[in-house]
Amino acid sequence: MAWDWQMFCEDTLDRTVREGCFGKDGDITYLDWMLSAWGWTVSVSLLALLLALVAGVVIGTIRTLPDSKWTVRFGNAWVEVFRNIPLLVQIFLWYHVVPAIFPAMKSMSGFVLVVLALGFFTSARIAEQVRSGIQALPRGQRHAGMAVGFTTWQTYRYVLLPNAFRIIIPPLTSETMNIFKNSSVAFAVSVTELTMFAMQAQEETGRGVEVYLAVTGLYIVSAFTINRIMTFVEKRVRVPGLAAPGAAGGH
Amino acid sequence: MNLSFDFSFYSWDLVSNFILKGLYFSVMLTLVATLGGIFFGTLLAMMRLSGRKWLIVPATIYVDGMRSIPLVMVILWFFLLVPLLIGAPIGAEASATVTFIAFEAAYFSEIMRAGIQSIPRGQVFAGQALGMTYGQNMRLIVLPQAFRNMLPVLLTQTIILFQDTSLVYAIGAYDMLKGFEVAGKNYGRPIEAFIAAAVVYFVICYSLSWLVKRLHKKIAIIH
Repeated sequence: MAWDWQMFCEDTLDRTVREGCFGKDGDITYLDWMLSAWGWTVSVSLLALLLALVAGVVIGTIRTLPDSKWTVRFGNAWVEVFRNIPLLVQIFLWYHVVPAIFPAMKSMSGFVLVVLALGFFTSARIAEQVRSGIQALPRGQRHAGMAVGFTTWQTYRYVLLPNAFRIIIPPLTSETMNIFKNSSVAFAVSVTELTMFAMQAQEETGRGVEVYLAVTGLYIVSAFTINRIMTFVEKRVRVPGLAAPGAAGGH
Repeated sequence: MNLSFDFSFYSWDLVSNFILKGLYFSVMLTLVATLGGIFFGTLLAMMRLSGRKWLIVPATIYVDGMRSIPLVMVILWFFLLVPLLIGAPIGAEASATVTFIAFEAAYFSEIMRAGIQSIPRGQVFAGQALGMTYGQNMRLIVLPQAFRNMLPVLLTQTIILFQDTSLVYAIGAYDMLKGFEVAGKNYGRPIEAFIAAAVVYFVICYSLSWLVKRLHKKIAIIH
């Protein structure tokens, strides 16, 4: 079987090879398409990560509040629901069921729905890490906060959360890498991210191996980049003398 | 789109015509991929811990490679490559089975590696002192304890695996989710179908993870 990398330079409509490999005047080549698909993958992932971090930190925190049974229960239910339903099923729920309940969401694009689905799905996992991060701190820290007259909010803001975040950076790294991988499920609702591109370009050109190799390469590059960035963050925020043992890596 | 919620959608006909076949495939795929994945995963873990470079390097590349690619892409890859390699068309279901064994082996190998490393070195030395070969040491001393220590994690991975089987949607294999989707299309009731799918997956996964939690408390070895 011979390689045919030239197909990436072909126009997606008339399949003629374009000079310079990029389309002009609104025409696009497969290379153009793949790069834009990569852009969609990155956008879906980063927005979902943002949502997941916000929701995950809130939910994880309220699961550790002292003397508040109901927030703990709500947090636990949240985690169990989003953790025990497959992501693909959740995406279908957001796509088919939620807009039927909230008609205002009918006009939302598949992109927004996928960000919501992936963000909430991941929030449950981040909430679990935030909770265990807070609970891993010595009890004395909470008591010390109370002893200096902090309110519960201040105790979390200035004592518990800053320490907990540093503990959970390694699992957050792998969660960030998971988000990029999980964003591939967006193909199911026709968001033109990398996996969708792979399926469609494979079908149109018949050059499956080349297309898949390129897409797989982009996924690996993305994963590697995140890993480097997070390792850098971890080094920057480390409290001298308080480094968590064995915190390096984080696959 | 129908506005009202139609409870008559949920009937025995739905279950027997659409769901059971899919559920059977999902469960079988989970079991086969778990057993196959643990078998090959253990081999990969032993390769990585062998101390021999020519075994460590390929095993590491394989495991890290698999773990950095989305499962959907792996499913597509195998669906494309397996027929090319064996020179005959292969069904989506068979392709999915091969894919999941290969993919899960990478994840199970990380669990087994941690399990093997959790056994104190002294036990291996004790085995060697008794004149045991590497194989005997692994089979009689290290692996049984590694499995026991890692059993809750292995089972948790199996629950994740069960959820992941829904991704065979990408190549059109008929699993439980597909069953619900087809039924929803046939009756024009996608909302009822996907809600039911979510409930069934939730009940199965939640009960299993509850059982794993209980098991974890029961078998934990006190150090």
